[in-house]
Amino acid sequence: MPRALPYLLLLPASLFLLVFFFYPFGLVVVESFTRGGQWTTENFTRMTGHWKFSQAFWNTVWLAAIVVPVQLIMALTMASVVQKLKTGRSGLLYIFAIPLGISDLAAGLIWLAIFEQSGFLNSILHAVGAIDRPYLFLGYQSLWVIFLAVCLAEIWRATAIMMVIIVAGMGLIPKEYNEAAEVFGATRWQRFIRVTLPLLRPSLQTALILRILMAFEVFAVVVALGGTTLPVLMGETFQWQFQLQDRGVAAAYAMVILGLSVAFSLVVLRLLHVPKGARI
Amino acid sequence: MSDLTINAPREKDVQRAGKFVFWAGIALLVLWVLVPIWFLFINAFSAPAEVTSFPKRFWPSFDLASLQFFWRFQGVTNALWNSVRVAVLTMILSIGMGAPAGYALSRFDFPGKEFFRVLVIMTRAFPLPLLALPLAVMFIRTGLDDTILGLALVHTMLALPFAVLITFSLFSGIPVELEEAAWTLGCNRVQAVIKVVLPLALPGIMASAVFAFVISWNEVFAAAVLTIENRTLTAFLLQSLNVSPLPLKFAGGAALVIPALIFIFAVRKYLFAMWGIANR
Repeated sequence: MPRALPYLLLLPASLFLLVFFFYPFGLVVVESFTRGGQWTTENFTRMTGHWKFSQAFWNTVWLAAIVVPVQLIMALTMASVVQKLKTGRSGLLYIFAIPLGISDLAAGLIWLAIFEQSGFLNSILHAVGAIDRPYLFLGYQSLWVIFLAVCLAEIWRATAIMMVIIVAGMGLIPKEYNEAAEVFGATRWQRFIRVTLPLLRPSLQTALILRILMAFEVFAVVVALGGTTLPVLMGETFQWQFQLQDRGVAAAYAMVILGLSVAFSLVVLRLLHVPKGARI
Repeated sequence: MSDLTINAPREKDVQRAGKFVFWAGIALLVLWVLVPIWFLFINAFSAPAEVTSFPKRFWPSFDLASLQFFWRFQGVTNALWNSVRVAVLTMILSIGMGAPAGYALSRFDFPGKEFFRVLVIMTRAFPLPLLALPLAVMFIRTGLDDTILGLALVHTMLALPFAVLITFSLFSGIPVELEEAAWTLGCNRVQAVIKVVLPLALPGIMASAVFAFVISWNEVFAAAVLTIENRTLTAFLLQSLNVSPLPLKFAGGAALVIPALIFIFAVRKYLFAMWGIANR
């Protein structure tokens, strides 16, 4: 009995993973390569043949490429600032962590309040006398503004998760390393680059992987701010599943998102690899 | 030290400037997080006519007409209730399966332990909301389509990895000796867990339960894919985005944000402990 006990305890979670993780992913792979019961790559040719595909693909990738580095820098700044504080630390951390609890849809709506035609950006511009009449920011004529608004909303929403992981990681670094570097005359910046960042690699790994995945899954923020004017991969998946009722192509889109996610996770793991012996 | 006294005036200026920049930076970051939420609340707590008017005031008129309009809108109360039910179910399922697994990982050494841990961590490297696509078909076959339970199962898949890792870290933080002492005093294994370990771990378990609740409460994609009649609040808002008037959107956004703010505040102490261990 005692030897079987841990397995019994793991059983519900393992069974659940099997039924709701491995099996559905198997299904999605099969679905993407079949059509009417036949093995085929037609779903993929249909997907890439549609005019929105390359737009959706590059929008998603560019969004991730712009948002994630900015967030990494902001999260590192926030975490370092919080580390230095003596009083008011927990209050500041709570404020920085607030967006963590806010859904992507709500974040999209929040930034819609700013960017819509009678919104706060126009009101501010009006108040300082920069414009007389409200300007239409989120129209299809100015795709780049929608893109920018989505970038801002994403940065606003998802920096918190990276910040939390990085703060937690900084808490794990023994103070002695930094003190030793200080004794040898390292400046604050040198200590950050040479001591803190390398020791932070495991946390950076987690933060980046999680964040990059979320970036490829961007959906509700885009819908809230631009409807379908700015196609992204997840939005197209949704469109094919519902509006066009074509599950095969939706599954093909899912495979593209999955492929991107796995590829970039591997890149991050590789870049920030920590040898076993070098862990804290 | 003598250098310091000679250059005292200049150093002091530099220090003062540095301090100023530091605090200005903090102020900026705090504003960056809070101001967008403030804008949403201005809209939610103003009359519908004010929400669509231009230019906007930067202070709410505390008119509840928008919120009343939202509350009375067809399907809103239902959607809210569905959201709560799905989130509570997710909470129960993910802790019910995650906590035993976390306990097993922290207390036993057994073959396959590392495999299971890596498996759980690995699930986070996949875009989990996509699971909704194949599961939609599976649910139609099993009669779970468009049910609260069906959606809760998918949300549990999102929350379970966190529940396992968080409870793993929680139980690891409670010394085995306490349990052993309980055994010598005549408790059996189950009694020792219930009487000694659970009371100590309870606050942390509650925190991870709240976290599971927030994950489910905020999830958009799977909810929109899997529900048609029984929409959750996020799915309802997403579906009515292009037809609903602005006051409804912003009141809905506020309804999404307020519970999230409270929950993050409730678990703020645990946010960092959770991620510190999840990193390794």
